[in-house]
Amino acid sequence: MNNFLLISLSDIGVIISLIVIFGGLLWLLIRSIKAKEVDRRIIFIFIFVAVAAPILFPITFQESATEVVKGVYDKIENLPAGSKILISFDFDPAMAPEVQPMANAISAHALEKGHKIIFMSLWATGQALLSQTLETVVLPQFPEKEEFVDYVNIGYKAGNEGVLNVIVADFRQMFPTDVNSVPLDSIPLFYNLKSCKDLDMIVSIGGGKPGPKEWVLFVGDPGNIPMGVGVAAVVAPQLYPYYPKQVVGILGGVKGAAEYESEFVKNYSKFENMDTPGLRMMGPQTLAHMVIMCFIIIGNVIFFRSRRKGGAK
Amino acid sequence: MKREIPLFITFFVGVLLIIAVFIPPIENIEKTFTLFFDIIAVFAFFLGGGNLIRVHVRKLGDRKQDWMYSLVTLGGFALMLYAGLFKIGNDGGIAASVTAEGSWFQEIFNYVINPLQSTMYSLLAFFVASASYRAFRAKNKEATILLIAAFIILLGRTPFGMMLTGWIPDSFSIFQIPNLAIWIMNSANLAGQRAIMIGIGLGVVSMSLRLILGVERTYLGEEGK
Repeated sequence: MNNFLLISLSDIGVIISLIVIFGGLLWLLIRSIKAKEVDRRIIFIFIFVAVAAPILFPITFQESATEVVKGVYDKIENLPAGSKILISFDFDPAMAPEVQPMANAISAHALEKGHKIIFMSLWATGQALLSQTLETVVLPQFPEKEEFVDYVNIGYKAGNEGVLNVIVADFRQMFPTDVNSVPLDSIPLFYNLKSCKDLDMIVSIGGGKPGPKEWVLFVGDPGNIPMGVGVAAVVAPQLYPYYPKQVVGILGGVKGAAEYESEFVKNYSKFENMDTPGLRMMGPQTLAHMVIMCFIIIGNVIFFRSRRKGGAK
Repeated sequence: MKREIPLFITFFVGVLLIIAVFIPPIENIEKTFTLFFDIIAVFAFFLGGGNLIRVHVRKLGDRKQDWMYSLVTLGGFALMLYAGLFKIGNDGGIAASVTAEGSWFQEIFNYVINPLQSTMYSLLAFFVASASYRAFRAKNKEATILLIAAFIILLGRTPFGMMLTGWIPDSFSIFQIPNLAIWIMNSANLAGQRAIMIGIGLGVVSMSLRLILGVERTYLGEEGK
């Protein structure tokens, strides 16, 4: 009964929010016929409601992985168990809401398939975010996985592209120890691992510099190592020139994360209750996009109406 | 000599690294130089930290406008430095990771830096909406093409794209909005991005040659001379 009441309240919340948002937009559209400009504070209020409402009353959408996202998923899926994958967290908290869901989903997928993961970061802030993934995904969901055997955290190293230029030939010159000062030579995962060329796949998640693009230029392409990338939506266009030759796939923004999560959850039913922030965030993103599109239409109606009146140039 | 020595070092290192690519016995010299670079990069942290303290202490001392923010900056800097250097609250002691669970550093990161940075970035949504409303207007042919492309990409990034055009048969699936969005990214955008990349590449080659040959000397503080 309580459950039913909760669902109903949530649905009512969604309906009221949609009526408020789109009713308001309709009113603005009618108003725009008189060529009346919209104050930017009104736009801010609409965006606030469009983002806040789906957070308070969650709206979820069905997602299916596009080819460009499936490229990364299929590569991880088809690697033989025990393959070594390096995941680099090249981002900061500002970018994290967009890209950390990708890092979490890819880590879970790789561990579930029995791959070995090396976690690292080229960003000082990435190491702390990497720890969050370990604490929220790896440790609670894969308690049977052993550190140093199934995964290892080698942390952050200063030097940007310089780090990549060295680890493509030798890990130990740049990372003599892991993040807890354990020598790499004593870590089983690194027994037969000299350089990035011994890896089966690299996944770089980020959006700034150094980030996925530098990984492609300095490591993936010269070392001929399969690469998957996850980037903030604004950076995704810059990665397309490398797809599908230098990178097997691209996860772009929240949508990329949502598509990956949906593909993973669909194929591994034991994870159907796992937290899927990408899918959750598609609600606010979708509504915000719709509001922006409506404002573009309203802006153009105002523009043409005022041109007709001889106002706009 | 103040100019000649740096110019000679730049010329020597530049030429050596170019030649090294073609001589197998010394082709790995590049990695050694990269290590030198990484060592120098670490010193940049000291320089950056020192500069931050200098600027804000001076601002505080002179009681300049908004000096209170300098106090917060210095306080935050000192706290993070103390928590990180001495691994406060860290179960593994001084040898363990600075971001270990429960350490002060990680806690401050999780509960202060993380939400603050995310909040700052999320403000972009408001400005993007306002800017889109003003900028995406069909004022001419070029602006109209940009407007249509933006519209398709925006719609293609939402499930509504497929809901609206999912009925289009598979043989014409390119006209489904998500596929149109991918086509724009994969063709129109790709051509533009490649042109930019080639341009940047040529620019880098020409700038490197100017540096190696000593034509470009602004890095020596000779700007405008």
